[in-house]
Amino acid sequence: MTDGNAPGMTPTLRVADVSKSYPGVRALQHVDLEVLPGEIHAVIGENGAGKSTLMKIVFGVTQPDSGAIEVQGTPVHIGSPVEAQRLGVAMVHQELSLVPALDVARNIYLGREPSLALGIIDWPALYRNAGALLRRLGIALNPRQVVRGLSTAHKQMVEIARALSWQSKLLILDEPTSSLTQGEIRELFRILRDLKTGGVSVLYISHRLEELPEIADRVTVMRDGHTVGTVDARSTPIPALIRMMVGRGVDQLFPRAHVPIGDEILRVEGLTRHGVVEDVSFSVHAGEIVGMAGLVGAGRSETARLIVGADKKDAGRTIIDGRVVEIGSPAVAIAAGIALLPEDRKQQGLVLPLPVKNNLSLATLREFTRFGIVWQRERDRMAQRFVRDLSIRTPNLDFRVRNLSGGNQQKVVLGKWLGSHPRVLIFDEPTRGIDVGAKVEVYEEMNDLIARGAGILLISSELPEVLGMSDRVLVMHEGRLVADLPRAEATPERVIALASGEELPVLTSAHHG
Amino acid sequence: MADGQEPPAFSAEAQVGSDVALSGRRSRLTQFLLRYGIVLALVALGAVFAWRSPVFLTSENLLQVLLQASVNIIVALGMTFVIITAGIDLSVGSTAALSGMVAATTMSTGLPIVGIAVSWPVAVLVGLLTGVLVGFASGVIVTSLRITPFIVTLGMLSVVRGLTLIYSGGRPVFGFPEGFTNLAGTIGPVPTPAIIAGILAIISAFVLRFTRLGEYTYAIGGNEEAARLSGVPVDRYKIAIYTLCGAFAAVAGIVLTARLRVAEPNAASGYELDAIAATVMGGTSLFGGEGTVVGTVIGALIIATLRNGLNLLNVQAYYQQLAIGLVIILAVALDRFRQR
Repeated sequence: MTDGNAPGMTPTLRVADVSKSYPGVRALQHVDLEVLPGEIHAVIGENGAGKSTLMKIVFGVTQPDSGAIEVQGTPVHIGSPVEAQRLGVAMVHQELSLVPALDVARNIYLGREPSLALGIIDWPALYRNAGALLRRLGIALNPRQVVRGLSTAHKQMVEIARALSWQSKLLILDEPTSSLTQGEIRELFRILRDLKTGGVSVLYISHRLEELPEIADRVTVMRDGHTVGTVDARSTPIPALIRMMVGRGVDQLFPRAHVPIGDEILRVEGLTRHGVVEDVSFSVHAGEIVGMAGLVGAGRSETARLIVGADKKDAGRTIIDGRVVEIGSPAVAIAAGIALLPEDRKQQGLVLPLPVKNNLSLATLREFTRFGIVWQRERDRMAQRFVRDLSIRTPNLDFRVRNLSGGNQQKVVLGKWLGSHPRVLIFDEPTRGIDVGAKVEVYEEMNDLIARGAGILLISSELPEVLGMSDRVLVMHEGRLVADLPRAEATPERVIALASGEELPVLTSAHHG
Repeated sequence: MADGQEPPAFSAEAQVGSDVALSGRRSRLTQFLLRYGIVLALVALGAVFAWRSPVFLTSENLLQVLLQASVNIIVALGMTFVIITAGIDLSVGSTAALSGMVAATTMSTGLPIVGIAVSWPVAVLVGLLTGVLVGFASGVIVTSLRITPFIVTLGMLSVVRGLTLIYSGGRPVFGFPEGFTNLAGTIGPVPTPAIIAGILAIISAFVLRFTRLGEYTYAIGGNEEAARLSGVPVDRYKIAIYTLCGAFAAVAGIVLTARLRVAEPNAASGYELDAIAATVMGGTSLFGGEGTVVGTVIGALIIATLRNGLNLLNVQAYYQQLAIGLVIILAVALDRFRQR
């Protein structure tokens, strides 16, 4: 089954020589992919490598510029997700798309309710069918349970059930484990293996290389819009996969410069927002990069937002340079020298319809304002300097940031904060969705910052990034800080175990007193 | 730049290049139409009316169009600020009526409550202050209770109209000093309301383009969360912008009172819709972050031209209503296309 060249077996899906360009990006170039019946086929690659574009094409969300797609040996044109589903291709999106107010069964059959004459819905049949489907998949959920109250994992299972209610032959899963606990992942894998036994193929997109040998048969690696190759999932070591993904060894990826660590700049004590962040205490020193690891939903971004006053805290205090500072709003944080590069640059970092220069000056506009009037020439000079220093690739300063690439957008956000001369800069997922080149530039910028005596809190879901760049590693689990480890003690295994709650906290609440 | 060896850095460069190429893909003409389509629409409308009616192009008539557009332009300027923040103010018509009414009663029976007689400029200031207070109240409610502006100002529309009726006892107020009614006179051949609207438009354009208030207006509308995280005191600026909108509505109400020589408790009803129409036609996005004063002024001129021209052609009022509605939809459809 793991051998892709089994003769006589018609692939469930064959993608041949597919190319796709978007304005400004050649997203896919001559991509090939083959998924066999009953195969779990992983697709990996860095953000921007073209995985999601490929999935969108297979699911009919977008059409390729050239190339061919075959489903079960038949050449097809997949013009829309509805057509994809008719062909037996189903997809579970990373952002789940259920209607929270409806129950499980109604979500599964939304838009395809079994009906009697005159469009009256056959409710008994709907719940009967949903119950049978859930039982068949081994999903222990009540069809009448309203979706709103379900955990992420259960919602995902409802999505899977919905996808498979179409008699699908191919199920596409986009980063299904990114927000699941270890136990939930095991449950998901069990369901996927059952599907595999039933002959359903799974196309599995993941960032978690370590789970591939356990769940996948083969792995296709993508880089910069190309398929680099397809290899056996169990026999290929992870470093080899990484080399295929990034096109070079891992050691060069994190060009960390070390500077002497100075005085404490920022300390938080007992930071709490009930139900989200509980009693978090740590400090950041000059010249230090403090990494923060944890699963999605562990409270890392929430902690960052509490520090800069973006959300109201229920308890805790912030000490800057030894003095307690009450930070009630981001404006106060900025004045105190603390800036947050937020996790979602489009939702929180940028004003997309505005030009590069206006975004670069947003946090420091006061410096360019006299009598309420913005002095354009001074502002242009500043913007020009950041465009040059950060090599932001933009045709001019009046170019709308909406039209920049992800990496350049992130550099604009970075420039905005560098202009405010922060003493502590909190980077929340600074390299998500940007290409390798831009990543390295962001790391170089971190090096510059600590060399100038600033401190950095680096929140990241990419463990290699946290381990590669940090002097110290904090780990959060379910809203609590469970570890504050020196870099040398932070092995990947240990951080993962702490983050998933499988190793007991190495911090006691007596930590701050 | 750390290096230059890896392709991604290059592809980023290629990306910007083709972004430019993208905008170049739409033909020059299309681009021109998208940016200045609204101007062309106005010119085309004028051309049709000039062709069909000998009166349309006379200077008296054109000045009449300006006069008719003035009050709407003034209201729509405030609306433009609010809509750029991704908000809306439905209470401007009521606010105009209340402000006009307060100014009028102050002129005829003295200052509210205390009843001390004052000169007409003071009465005008009292009227202005009324609009300022209404706008301020809307802003405070929007920001502190976190209710959407649509609902808050829909409520205020009714509340303020109610206040106007209560305050006036439902009766019109008239008999104003000449200095006041001169606000609706002419300076040279040009109607004074048009000059007031013009000056306010120039100030608004300057504020939006060159001041911190303007920058923050766009930033709040473009991405409120990003603005807040960047240290912009979002709530304070929003309150300021609703207050400004109330002030503009008050000016409009006072000018209207001077022009009609009477303050009616039901004056200016429905003006919010004309103002929104002018703003949106002028390319201001209801989703916020985009919009210009020039666009709004032209939008208001189109509405006035349409009304005036259809009158000259003796088109029944019912059909005028229909035509204006269609033009609004057309203009917004164009805007949708532009945003793609």
